[in-house]
Amino acid sequence: MTHAATSPRFKENAKAALADPDLQNALKFVEVNFIARRREVADKLPEFDALRDAARDIKNHTLAHLDLYLEAYEKKVTAAGGHVHYAVTAHDANEIILGICKALGARTATKGKSMVAEEIGLNDYLEANGVVPIETDLGEYIIQLRHEMPSHIIAPAVHLTKAQVEADFRRVHTHLPADRNLVEPTSLLGEARAVLREKFLAADVGITGANFLVAETGSSIIVTNEGNGDLTQTLPKAHIVIASIEKLVPTLEDASQLLRVLARSATGQEMSVYTTLSTGPRRPDDPDGPLEYHVVILDNGRSSMLGGDFADMLRCIRCGACMNHCPVYHAIGGHAYGWVYPGPMGAVLTPSLIGVGEGGNLPNASTFCGRCEAVCPMKIPLPGMMRHWREREFERHLSPAAQRYGLALWAFFAKRPWLYRGTTRLAMAALALVGRGRGRLSWLPFGGGWTKHRDFPSPQGPTFQARWKARARQ
Amino acid sequence: MADPAKRVGLFVTCLVDLIRPSVGFAAVKLLEDAGCTVAVPPQSCCGQPAFNSGDRRSARAIAEQVIEAFAPYDYVVAPSGSCAGMLKAHYPELFHGDPNWLPRADALAAKTHELISFLVDVLGVTRVDASLEGSATYHDSCSGLRELGVRVQPRRLLGTVRGLTLTEMRDPDVCCGFGGTFCVKYPDISNAIVAKKAANVAASGAGMLIAGDLGCLMNMAGKLQRDGSAIEVRHVAEVLAGMTAEPAIGAPPRREPGPRP
Repeated sequence: MTHAATSPRFKENAKAALADPDLQNALKFVEVNFIARRREVADKLPEFDALRDAARDIKNHTLAHLDLYLEAYEKKVTAAGGHVHYAVTAHDANEIILGICKALGARTATKGKSMVAEEIGLNDYLEANGVVPIETDLGEYIIQLRHEMPSHIIAPAVHLTKAQVEADFRRVHTHLPADRNLVEPTSLLGEARAVLREKFLAADVGITGANFLVAETGSSIIVTNEGNGDLTQTLPKAHIVIASIEKLVPTLEDASQLLRVLARSATGQEMSVYTTLSTGPRRPDDPDGPLEYHVVILDNGRSSMLGGDFADMLRCIRCGACMNHCPVYHAIGGHAYGWVYPGPMGAVLTPSLIGVGEGGNLPNASTFCGRCEAVCPMKIPLPGMMRHWREREFERHLSPAAQRYGLALWAFFAKRPWLYRGTTRLAMAALALVGRGRGRLSWLPFGGGWTKHRDFPSPQGPTFQARWKARARQ
Repeated sequence: MADPAKRVGLFVTCLVDLIRPSVGFAAVKLLEDAGCTVAVPPQSCCGQPAFNSGDRRSARAIAEQVIEAFAPYDYVVAPSGSCAGMLKAHYPELFHGDPNWLPRADALAAKTHELISFLVDVLGVTRVDASLEGSATYHDSCSGLRELGVRVQPRRLLGTVRGLTLTEMRDPDVCCGFGGTFCVKYPDISNAIVAKKAANVAASGAGMLIAGDLGCLMNMAGKLQRDGSAIEVRHVAEVLAGMTAEPAIGAPPRREPGPRP
């Protein structure tokens, strides 16, 4: 029950996004705040780049020995009294989680923010099977009220303005006085907190994701800024962790290295406000905690990425820095990408998970400006992998026919410099003649994509190579 | 004995060849002024449009021919960070695992440079003999900046142009939305990106926009002109070579003063 992708309609999505004034207003936050905050904390830490190298090496090592670390991790979880479940597909993961909920007679499940839960469409699946999921991260709570997907992997409701959130709260929280004052953003936070407090106390099951799974100790680690994850996993009878296989790290020391780059890259914090480790269920002397602790480890196609062109993507720690720095994301936001993961990391990961036929637009919709790779804490070569997807698309003849024929025609000349020189000499002379006087053209044959929004400078006349040859003859 | 002149093969780039040859001649002047002898072997394109469209086979065929054409020279220099980046960073990637071509691609990569960084970093040029009255703002093109580390070199040399004041715009290092075929495949997104860039250029108050890649320059000039802006747009090589008599990119030809026949 994963979400239906609208990625094949990326262009239409983008067009709608560009014409949406609320979205355009909301997106300014990403472009201005996230970037400045990251810059500031990165500059303050002289070893930041060295930490990125170390972080990359930790994940590369783990992925190269993933089988060993998974086994070691499972042993530790089991020893701590927890249960590890392996899910090959999204459906398997949903079934396992529903099974745990049903065995406990659960009617409601609180949820910490989890992109993997979004990936498998967990909320819809639980709801359809009689368990009400309640998102407890403020952003996730808001988009759940709106029946939307996250538009950003760490700031799910970043596409919304405060006014839109206020309208949603008034629409849904009808038990509260209609004339209450919600002008201040903190009043929205307070209202959500009060509503959610009841739900936390009533929930039978708490479901969270994991930023890291630590093989050394069998711990799962989550970071939040709201503390909702702690309430989600501590109060109910059972804590279910849903995490994908690449969340493994060998040791707590490794996890702490990665945490140092994670928050800085994500929100520009040195550390997130809450970093919570869970190891097994409540022990006899613990004052609180869940009676059951389950970890559902999802593959969903990832193991087939190991050792291939897209293996580097498995290093991703979901900080969101790539989309925060992406000019395309800044222009259209996350929903236009049409599935769970937006921005540059989504452009690489989405075709891996739903196929390049469905997700092929995403790796094409990049200027290859390289800013994502430059800020990625895990040094993932995102543009290079987007290019790999374009190659797969081209090999399978999935790219648009007009584009392929145009490219073939151009390549025919480009491979033959002598022919190219003669042909272009004539073409440029003709174009120069047309654009003479004004210095530019407002319309070009087959150039509508360019001239729709911009003028095209008319060529100066004879090509450089023609002039150079003439000069040499003098 | 004086050093023998450095033999530079000029990779003109297809856009300069076709649209704005004056940039090529400016590059020749800068290189010759710095003591190089310049040759222009027959050439077309670096193959980047094919490479970035997933057509590796065409990209390789084009790259092989570039590698052969430029083998005789001490250096290969391009007035573009994007095309130089293709030769330097991506040709070796194209021939990865090919025992015949990879060493040749590596050899080409090792001697390939973007024009301005070549002048400053390799030839040690510290100043130019040029003058231009006015204020300008400099846009960092993405490939030059992030693949080749071109950032301070053009600013340093532009700082020695008599009469020219450099004013930084907001986000000079953010993409202009050109992206090669991106701008025609996703024109609406490209337009949104270049609109922001044009606004930042205008807000800088500079009368001229300078950058080192013709693709980006054409994109930004085209947008500024469509919006009715009078800001002149020029390639950095033209300014540094003092060759600004040519009309700016997309500007109408200058009318000669004096009586007309």
